[in-house]
Amino acid sequence: MTISGSALAIGYRDRLVGSGIAIDVKEGEALALLGPNGGGKTTLLKTLLGLLPPRAGNVTLNGKPLSAFSVRERARVIAYVPQVHTGTFAFSVETVVLMGRTAHGSLFARPSAHDVAVASDMLTRLGISHLAQRPYTEISGGERQLVLLARALAQEPRFVVLDEPTAALDFGNQGKVLNEIELLAKSGLGVLFTTHDPNHALRAAHRACLLRDGRIVAEGETARVLTRENLETLYGAPVLPVVDRTTIAFLPG
Amino acid sequence: MTKSAIPGLAISLCLLAAGFAIAFLVGRFPVSLGDVFTVLYSKLSGTPSGLSPATEAVVLQVRGPRVVAAFLVGAALSVAGAAFQGLFRNPLVSPDILGASSGAALGAVLGIFFSLGVIAIQAFAFLGGLVAVGAVYAVGSAMRTRDPILVLVLAGVVIGALLGSGVGLIKYLADPYNQLPAITFWLLGSLAATSASDLVSLFWLVAAGTCILILLRHRMNVMSLPEEEARALGVATGPMRIAIVAAATLVTSASVAAAGIIGWIGLVVPHIARSLTGPDFAKLLPVAALLGGSFLLVIDTIARTAAPIEIPLGVLTAFAGTPFFIWLLASMQKSWS
Repeated sequence: MTISGSALAIGYRDRLVGSGIAIDVKEGEALALLGPNGGGKTTLLKTLLGLLPPRAGNVTLNGKPLSAFSVRERARVIAYVPQVHTGTFAFSVETVVLMGRTAHGSLFARPSAHDVAVASDMLTRLGISHLAQRPYTEISGGERQLVLLARALAQEPRFVVLDEPTAALDFGNQGKVLNEIELLAKSGLGVLFTTHDPNHALRAAHRACLLRDGRIVAEGETARVLTRENLETLYGAPVLPVVDRTTIAFLPG
Repeated sequence: MTKSAIPGLAISLCLLAAGFAIAFLVGRFPVSLGDVFTVLYSKLSGTPSGLSPATEAVVLQVRGPRVVAAFLVGAALSVAGAAFQGLFRNPLVSPDILGASSGAALGAVLGIFFSLGVIAIQAFAFLGGLVAVGAVYAVGSAMRTRDPILVLVLAGVVIGALLGSGVGLIKYLADPYNQLPAITFWLLGSLAATSASDLVSLFWLVAAGTCILILLRHRMNVMSLPEEEARALGVATGPMRIAIVAAATLVTSASVAAAGIIGWIGLVVPHIARSLTGPDFAKLLPVAALLGGSFLLVIDTIARTAAPIEIPLGVLTAFAGTPFFIWLLASMQKSWS
């Protein structure tokens, strides 16, 4: 399966954010989306998720327009991990993850034994099953990010789309989430995530897509695309590469 | 820790039993709990109860309809309050947030102004509530923004204020000797005029709306997440929001039509229920219904017995609700659990 956007114009009713965008997300591959604030990353994510209609062009899932799928059908293929939020009500972590099963149940159904088992598996897979009965509002930001990821996996999707999954996390939890992203792609899922840190893209993504002012300025294998020149153009600021024999990393400035 | 549904249900059932007992037993005419059961049993089985006709009349015609109406109205307002609080992701909203109460009030006041009968006044109240929410919804969806919930709530505030001035205008024009007292008394909330025949429509409307909400309980959990997350989880948020708003408005309008405007229950009782069960609607809705019913049973008993004249229900719930809500604000700052 592939999610593709071609000749996409993205934006809101009153404001065009970007245009001429072509992008593909394939199963078994992690794609990182980088770019300065206001460059259209989140808008592009929402368009690819079908939460925002494209202003022009098409988003397709396996060649069929995304708009031809129902909300429920989409949720069984593409899962969304939003930026960590605190939540209004103190649902238990287990209830939050069970919400990921919504698209698999009927309108009036309560979660089945199978749904509970899937939710429990996802909590175990992410190493947070000890949190199952804790209120979502009372756990740490890193734990919340993992809970939202568990909820997305409970949808049993083919693609996972994450909006700045590492932004609110401490260094250790960033590593944990990047590791999970790598494992998801290895297990055959298509992963699309946005990040402000090119090193996170180098760490976890196969391909990177650089978005500036609503246009894609470079796209391809991370090692090829994430160069000093490209990053300096992308952010309009100097970048310092740190290189040893096998890896490369970038420092700002 | 996640709360099991059992303690919350047990507590609210005990309170409900106590509420029923208080509402049947307290009053000028002495009735014992045994009398109540005897009369109810004889009514159901069709055998004579052997009690005085006065006792039978008090149980079946005077207190009985009021008890049932108080329970239904209290339960309806609490369930609607819980639903709106979840839907608007805001623990401070109440069933009248979308203009249901003010629309129903304007409808009923118009009915009284034109000297219509009781049934017509109730029908006017009900239609007023539905039209008001429909208007709020139309205004809200005409403005296409990224935050439909906020627009909806603001439209509710504005249209509620307009309807409120409509009520004010009619009070100003009303005959000050007959109509104005009737309007004022109705607006403050009362179950004094409830008869057994009023109960049928109240029961079916409240039961229908509450059943819809209880059936949608797991969807309502998802609807209390931000809009885009709910859609990404597979819920068609537009139709789902209309279904929840319609069901909650139905039960609100039905109770306003039966009992006038009784504030605070829909705001405060869902909080108490949530503190017993947690926010999961599967556990919250039944407990909120039972607690709201018990609460209004007690309040209505106070309303008819505490003073030589009936005290308006809206006044009593405000006296009980305001201090409670201030205490709630102070004690639950850490989370709206």
